[in-house]
Amino acid sequence: MTRRYSRQELFAPIGKEGQVKLQNAKVLIIGAGALGSASAEMLARAGIGNITIVDRDYVEWSNLQRQQLYTEEDAKKKLPKAIAAKMRLQQINSEIIINSLIADINGLNIEELIKGKSVIVDATDNFETRMVINDAAVKQNIPFIFAACVGSYGLTFPVIPGESPCLHCLLHHLPAQGMTCDTAGVISPAIQIVAGYQVTSVLKLLTGHKLTASVQSFDVWKNENAEINVSRLKKANCQTCGTEPAYPYLTFEYQTKTAVLCGRDAVQIRPGASRTLSLTDLSLSLRGLVSDLIVNPYLLSCSFENHRIVLFQDGRALIHGTNEPSKARSIYNRIIS
Amino acid sequence: MTIRINGRKVELPDDVQTIHNLLNYYDLEDRIVIVEINQQITLKEQYSSLTLSDGDIVELIHFVGGG
Repeated sequence: MTRRYSRQELFAPIGKEGQVKLQNAKVLIIGAGALGSASAEMLARAGIGNITIVDRDYVEWSNLQRQQLYTEEDAKKKLPKAIAAKMRLQQINSEIIINSLIADINGLNIEELIKGKSVIVDATDNFETRMVINDAAVKQNIPFIFAACVGSYGLTFPVIPGESPCLHCLLHHLPAQGMTCDTAGVISPAIQIVAGYQVTSVLKLLTGHKLTASVQSFDVWKNENAEINVSRLKKANCQTCGTEPAYPYLTFEYQTKTAVLCGRDAVQIRPGASRTLSLTDLSLSLRGLVSDLIVNPYLLSCSFENHRIVLFQDGRALIHGTNEPSKARSIYNRIIS
Repeated sequence: MTIRINGRKVELPDDVQTIHNLLNYYDLEDRIVIVEINQQITLKEQYSSLTLSDGDIVELIHFVGGG
């Protein structure tokens, strides 16, 4: 037991005292894809006493190139990521508590989930869920470490309620169109680096070190780095962390609504926050990923992994070939972040 | 002009004068970005009026959604 963490305890900024703090911490990881796998493995090895990992998806072959917790066996069995992750993490460290939950996070279920947690690790694949986490984290005064990755590029930013700007201060609205790992690809070193920054922030925070309000980014292929202190971007009238917070992403109106279309084996997705998509730009980024692509001024239609998808300019979509809302949302976010 | 972006020296074409031009040049005009020039963070309202000068040190971060 004492030997297990000896190298980490020898590291002066953590020490034996810091290790005790890590053992007493409760970390919530939202998402068990590439970032979530990488963070969870590091945090489990580091001896975080209580880790909860949440995910809505199951393991697929295209995950294995970078999602380090999973094996071919998991993909063959189509195991839910939350289950496969828990099994692997428990093999890595049997002395800590690992909770896992198969769930689709939204503004109505997040508050219960984050209660009592020391810190939240963002490992999601879309902006909407991140804004939901941001609202709930600020409301309950729990630090939240944002991170995202596409291609060979990644960025991270710690949201410290009451100190730093929040994600809502930096992103006034949901981006009109974002590249996703499914449309633009991603290489595993980029994941490892961004998760490395993220986990370092978690270790610092839990052992009592101060984090600066900086957004850090890198492109590992181009060998570029950037860091910007964004303290100045904290908005006094921010709807999330300002003087009169409304936490809009936790309200019913802002939730993405799904409706199973009876008898049609299809799910309709209607985003809560309004957005205007550029269907032409989107069609360019989808080339190579989808087939039967048709774009007209009103809608985009395509086939993706046996699902026909019809997407309207306001972000509304019909996902055919499933009657499971969480599956439909997962497909949706693989196309639009 | 020659400026330094994210630690690298970059030679910009003559028609890149403002931050807005710079974002266009890098195909980032529709993205959510944070731009710092010589350690001064800039606001979105300044993108069309603020001009770049030779030797400027620029940090440029754009948001992506994957993970």
